[in-house]
Amino acid sequence: MIRSKLLVLATSVCALALASCSGGGGNTGAPAGDTVSVGVLQSLTGTMAISEITVKNAEMLAIEEINAAGGVMGKKINALVEDGASDPSTFAQKASKLIESDGVSTVFGGWTSASRKAMLPVFERTKNLLWYPVQFEGNECSPNIMYSGAQPNQQALPALEWAVAQGHKSFFLVGSDYVYPRTANLILKKHIEKQGMKVLGEAYVPLGGTDFSGVIAKIAQAKPAIIINTLNGDSNVAFFKQLQAAGISTKTMPVMSFSIGEQEAQAMGASLVEGSYAAWNYFQSLPGDANAKFIAAYKAKFGKDAAITDPMVHGYLDVYAWKAAVEKAKSFDPDAVRKAAATLGGFDSPMGKVSFAANQSLVQKAYIGKLKADGQFEIIADSGKDIAPEPYDGLAFPGKTCKL
Amino acid sequence: MDALFLNQLFNGASLASLYLLAALGLALSFGLMRVINMAHGEMLMLGGYLAWMTLLAVPGALGIILAIPVAFIGAAAMGGLIQSTLIRRLSARPLDTLLATWGVSLILQQGARDLFGAVGVEVRAPEWLTGNFVLAGVTLPSARLFIILIAALVLGGLALLLLKTRIGLLVRAVNQDRMMASASGIDVRRVDFTVFCLGSGVAGLAGVMLALLGPVTPNVGQSYIIPAFLVVVMGGLGSIVGTTASAIILGLFAALAQIFVDVSVAQMLLLVFVILFIQVRPQGVIAVKTRQLDA
Repeated sequence: MIRSKLLVLATSVCALALASCSGGGGNTGAPAGDTVSVGVLQSLTGTMAISEITVKNAEMLAIEEINAAGGVMGKKINALVEDGASDPSTFAQKASKLIESDGVSTVFGGWTSASRKAMLPVFERTKNLLWYPVQFEGNECSPNIMYSGAQPNQQALPALEWAVAQGHKSFFLVGSDYVYPRTANLILKKHIEKQGMKVLGEAYVPLGGTDFSGVIAKIAQAKPAIIINTLNGDSNVAFFKQLQAAGISTKTMPVMSFSIGEQEAQAMGASLVEGSYAAWNYFQSLPGDANAKFIAAYKAKFGKDAAITDPMVHGYLDVYAWKAAVEKAKSFDPDAVRKAAATLGGFDSPMGKVSFAANQSLVQKAYIGKLKADGQFEIIADSGKDIAPEPYDGLAFPGKTCKL
Repeated sequence: MDALFLNQLFNGASLASLYLLAALGLALSFGLMRVINMAHGEMLMLGGYLAWMTLLAVPGALGIILAIPVAFIGAAAMGGLIQSTLIRRLSARPLDTLLATWGVSLILQQGARDLFGAVGVEVRAPEWLTGNFVLAGVTLPSARLFIILIAALVLGGLALLLLKTRIGLLVRAVNQDRMMASASGIDVRRVDFTVFCLGSGVAGLAGVMLALLGPVTPNVGQSYIIPAFLVVVMGGLGSIVGTTASAIILGLFAALAQIFVDVSVAQMLLLVFVILFIQVRPQGVIAVKTRQLDA
């Protein structure tokens, strides 16, 4: 008896939940009142916190600046900050909460590809829009994501090109064990092999892992000309520490990293990673008034020792791009906003004038930096011209194209 | 015998030392009290943060030496606090103990996050611990040699304590037959308390060693708690010899497996290995004869 009553109760709760979901799914068109809610979703705890907290700061800075200047279409932005906790399923839950319970118009956030892959179905189901600020492996293209971070042809391949130009012909690939490093390395391997050079080894460590003894023993034996490092988060500290302890110096065996910026270098202690290389679309040392203005504003708010990184700048410019797109579309509707964003043309950012391509990825330059003792990168090479984003690498994913 | 194999033999020894330091405390409390302490990993974390703070106060070579007793005493005190406030009251209910210590583990992780920040802190090892020796083509990092040395010293000290002192005699008596020990006037609860403090202290010490290899983060204990449990399960209940033997076997297994597979796969193989092993030998590497198990 009690059991069947419980069953009825449970069924009605489920039905109610379903009804409220389907009712809440599409309420993103016209926010009521004089504010518009947006989500800011980054890891504030866990292994990725070292990198993502500052991205959240940069996104919040942009929101505050826009509010101070009058908001978006006369509405003040109400930012709802959530913690993805370095855990993909938490990212998915929080994205769903922001969209379905809080009714946000758009979400800024994510770092690891695992977090993006986990959030993707939520954004597609709710027809909302995610602004993703970090370089990634490509092989993905969704109408519900604006990809402002580098595609492989805007970071990994320019880095490879640079390494080859320096005369390095053998490579060792080290990465965290998840989708970004695995896919980025797959692309790199195809290009390395096509040019007749060698990958002497490839090793993956769990995200957040700290035991590199085996990996470093393999590197010492393989003796590559250069190490390509796609480790994420604070695993990097353990990697460089143990590399140094094993007597491998970044001076004799250069390391090219795709996920270490100024902030990470500072947190790790620049002396540990001094002399190693990084490829990004932005360095704090980039000249230009827009960059100087952004750095000054950030430091005024978060302290004069705060370091600025590429994903922070992408997070910051994402908010401005959203504002510009909303104003162009004259609507907060995600579908109208994404279409407007892809036809905005050039807009100003700390990186200079950038624009979104039709495939919703950013057109941008690539830079190679060498880390100095003070934690800043000296820019030693650049792509010169803007590089159009290619989500699907021709060698690794032949025949695949981006259809939106 | 190529260099990679020899290198991994050495890395296996250093990994085994870490596993051993992380597992000894668990083995002691599990063997004696049948307490599954889910907050054990956080004792490692505590040790790491204590080492970091000690080095902030006393930088340089002396700091790391000083950090060892500081981490030991700090973690032992925290262990004592948890034992006397929580575990003692729940000792008759093993499942509740498991859940309660898991809760403590989450509280301690969050506490560390609030106190020290979500981003890990870095312990700067002194000069003499950042170098390395090269022997027959094998690179031996000083930090790892130091860890092996500390593990050997701790193991020796613990063996002396258990075999040669009066407290050791009491611990062995309680381990063999709790009821009889209690009946002959041994304060069993005090022995429990002492052993728990000791075990937590050793874990704190392991935390100092971890800090030499990587960053200290609020969840640093989590990556060593699973291997530590595997070591205890495979070692056999309450046997220090068994724990040591299984730490060495698993350390070498994990390191040698890494020659062929990635670290994540090696961790999975480790689990499979232990499962298969206890199928063949359910009592573990060394079986201790206790009245409790006979009953």
